[in-house]
Amino acid sequence: MAASSDRHPLFIPLVLVGGLIFGFGLGYSHMARPEVVLNFLQFEDFGLLFVMFGGAAVTGIVFFLMPRVLDRAPLTGDRFERRLKSFDRNVLVGGAIFGVGWGLSGICPGAAYASLGIGNVTILWALAGMFLGAYLQGWWRSRATDDVDVTATGAD
Amino acid sequence: MVADPVPLQLAAELFPNGISRYAIGGLFVGLGAAVIYVGTGISAGASTFLESTLSYVSDQSRFQQYVTSRDWRLVFTLGIVLGAAVYAVVYQGGTWTTDVSWWRLLLGGVFVGIGTRVGKGCTSGHGVCGVGSASKTSIAGVLAFLLVAILTAQVVAALGVTP
Repeated sequence: MAASSDRHPLFIPLVLVGGLIFGFGLGYSHMARPEVVLNFLQFEDFGLLFVMFGGAAVTGIVFFLMPRVLDRAPLTGDRFERRLKSFDRNVLVGGAIFGVGWGLSGICPGAAYASLGIGNVTILWALAGMFLGAYLQGWWRSRATDDVDVTATGAD
Repeated sequence: MVADPVPLQLAAELFPNGISRYAIGGLFVGLGAAVIYVGTGISAGASTFLESTLSYVSDQSRFQQYVTSRDWRLVFTLGIVLGAAVYAVVYQGGTWTTDVSWWRLLLGGVFVGIGTRVGKGCTSGHGVCGVGSASKTSIAGVLAFLLVAILTAQVVAALGVTP
């Protein structure tokens, strides 16, 4: 990742444009409405599948083509790589916790920001909850990591 | 009345609002991620914004790894809000607010906030970029949250909680 100082001047404008298109899509697909997501989870409207797989189809094509077209990304000089994260138990545990929250509220992060954009001020409850949850896990994991460090130092 | 052919009847049952709004919206979501990827090589997800933004106000060591990316993540999120606002002005014709109870949003938000960070991604990171990368980790993550979310929503509905 390029440091802020030597970033290409178009880096931030491009991210903004990408975000605009992304958010417009979330609005257009009605994913910014928790009711629509809850209808999907209750098997009343399967449209959400088209949103997720429609989006994944586009990224799939672009992720496949770009490394074959260009060596490096024009604005960062970074290599084009696929989004591959290591698999461990956390993926399933975290996924299940996420699922409880998604099923209870009908809201996920991107859709929550978009929901604010369509004028849904009530969604601030969900955003407050997300920041609280992200802070709780960060606090807990920071402490766990620091404990390991302390133990390691103590053993030396 | 002449009955619709079976495939059409089935489509009307499974997709009471049609499919074009979902398919077109989904293509835009993918296009937004693709635009960022083509220019920068970054496969963007929406949930890291939570941790990266917390790094502005918290010294917890967990958040410090996002200091270098927190400015563009803020811009990405601002773009999402503005893009949805463009949709609201052009197509929605005014503001729209949810009827889902505040406590469901708050409590669900806490679970989403914990789960997405522990599980390394959300519906956009795992669901759109990860699945688009044919990542086994992301496909496992999506299956985990989809199954649990369906179960949770069914239980909540069965308990008579509306909306």
